[in-house]
Amino acid sequence: MALLEVRDLKTYFHTRNGVVRAVDGVSFDLEKGQTLGIVGESGSGKSVTCYSLMRLIPQPPGRIESGTAKLDGVDLLSCSDDVLQQIRGKRVSMIFQDPMTSLNPYLKISTQLIEPLCLHEDMPKKVALKRAIEALEEVGIQDAAKRVHYYPHEFSGGMRQRVMIAMALITKPDVLIADEPTTALDVTVQAQILELIKQRQKELGTAVIFVTHDLGVVAGFCDQVRVMYGGRIVEAGSTQDVFYRPAHPYTWALQKSIPSLQRKGDELYTIPGMPPVLKEQITGCSFAARCEYAVERCRTQPVALKTIAEKHQSACVRFQENELQGADL
Amino acid sequence: MSDAFLKLESVKTHFPIYSGILFSRQIGAVRAVDGVSLEIKKGEILGLVGESGCGKSTLSRTIMQLVPATAGRIVLEGQDLSKLSASEVRQARINFQMIFQDPYASLNPRMTVFDALAEAIATRAPLKGDAMARKVIELMERVGLSPQAMKKYPHEFSGGQRQRIAIARALAPEPRLVIADEPVSALDVSIQSQILNLIKKLSREMGLTMIFVAHDLSVVKYISDRIAVMYLGKIVEIGEAISILESPQHPYTRALVSAIPEPDPDKERLRNRIVLEGDPPSPIDPPSGCSFHPRCPYAIEACSLTTPEFFKTKNTNLAACIRVNEI
Repeated sequence: MALLEVRDLKTYFHTRNGVVRAVDGVSFDLEKGQTLGIVGESGSGKSVTCYSLMRLIPQPPGRIESGTAKLDGVDLLSCSDDVLQQIRGKRVSMIFQDPMTSLNPYLKISTQLIEPLCLHEDMPKKVALKRAIEALEEVGIQDAAKRVHYYPHEFSGGMRQRVMIAMALITKPDVLIADEPTTALDVTVQAQILELIKQRQKELGTAVIFVTHDLGVVAGFCDQVRVMYGGRIVEAGSTQDVFYRPAHPYTWALQKSIPSLQRKGDELYTIPGMPPVLKEQITGCSFAARCEYAVERCRTQPVALKTIAEKHQSACVRFQENELQGADL
Repeated sequence: MSDAFLKLESVKTHFPIYSGILFSRQIGAVRAVDGVSLEIKKGEILGLVGESGCGKSTLSRTIMQLVPATAGRIVLEGQDLSKLSASEVRQARINFQMIFQDPYASLNPRMTVFDALAEAIATRAPLKGDAMARKVIELMERVGLSPQAMKKYPHEFSGGQRQRIAIARALAPEPRLVIADEPVSALDVSIQSQILNLIKKLSREMGLTMIFVAHDLSVVKYISDRIAVMYLGKIVEIGEAISILESPQHPYTRALVSAIPEPDPDKERLRNRIVLEGDPPSPIDPPSGCSFHPRCPYAIEACSLTTPEFFKTKNTNLAACIRVNEI
């Protein structure tokens, strides 16, 4: 059994202008120690998926309409608040995109770092502080004994993200959800942070859900990839499969529009049209309107993820029926 | 050289830091741009890359005369911009325009697309009525917007469309120099390539000279002829776009290029990445000598003593590193 099993997760936002189907039936498994990448553009529902797992969706307007997310048999989406409190921050923790706003500016790093230990492990403050200093050292912050008493503003962006990582991993969680943890950082700092997460993951055996829009980061970092579009997973497979044998026109289009893969001088490949408006109920494939390979069937027939090769699933009808193959793309 | 379209001569932009309330005095300065010399030929696209805080935005604002230069000369087509008065600068600015990073913040939310574009067109040509409408329509079509959207307000557009409006507005006065400050970093990959294609097409059609500022080297590689790499207020390497990316010479450029994640799992796995230690130092108190030496894996003692000049490297790049030909 997988460590975390997410089944048919639906999170809708009920706004004055209609229902926004931000996440519309997402399922995936996360194995112990695995790194699962969720890729997609803004508005594809990748962050909302993570926030739903942690039950951090503002309700209202948001509402988790259906689905289960079982961590060792406990459903995170329907368990009581008390049970959730014991899991959240202890067995599942999260790193957010923006290290500038995700730390409390009024509290010293020390207070924020020892909080999970005092809450979840009933550790006396002194012991917890010692552990906090070690945790900072583990993420490569020098002079930790002194800097643990600093306020967040005294750290740079990369350093703050290190503090966030230290905080998230201090209780040795089973699952770490990282929501675009390096997007706000410079490339050289991004490389440092990715190395750090990788190394800590190896030491602790934590499973990581890594949300990003950067296919380059996914390539170097993840074992499994889920590609999201319009609130649904359109392709699921190992990193190798998704990169070398993409089985959905959207994945393929996404790869083609990365500037670094294109010869200089050629016109860059672009996906025609705009991302879908999630307020409208879309029958059929949400990518059909922008897809070069779309046929009538794609617009009318409901789509679902289906296995097309071993451990490789696609939501493209034409791939499922072998009308399109990797070679056509 | 006389064929330089834009020439920067050891431009410095420092922001003073004051201390004390009653007898306030200057206690230091943020050396955001610290001696940049550059030449750009007509019709050339120069990519300016560096990490946040390296001074690339300040440099572009200094060229635009939005921030006064502390020292040095900025010469555009033989005219020394730093000597102009405020009203002369406003006049001259018709010839150089800027595209900003955030299309959500750079457009006036109370002006329709028509108003925003007409205002910009009027700086060059005082058109009225139908003539103005025709010009606005022409501009909108040029950047790939439907002229029917002319009476809409910025909030009715998506990020990519807003960036198109911002580009149209910058091009409205028919400028000769355009500075694009991270024009695609706020956009998604699929939209990013649309905007890059547009910028490239327009610059070719209109014969624009452009400075393209970005932190993403792969974007810059695609669009520019030459690339200049900045670190802590100084240019550390400059050369042809391809040779900067394929054979970077300066240790900092090497680390920067090696840090770009490649969308190819096999290559990524085998890759030997140079991971730099620490963060860039503060521009308030930059290190002595070469400002990169505290993080440089190749630094020797001499690096902390002398500020390096530009050296010719094995390829045609110029790099500010004394050991560039040894390492």
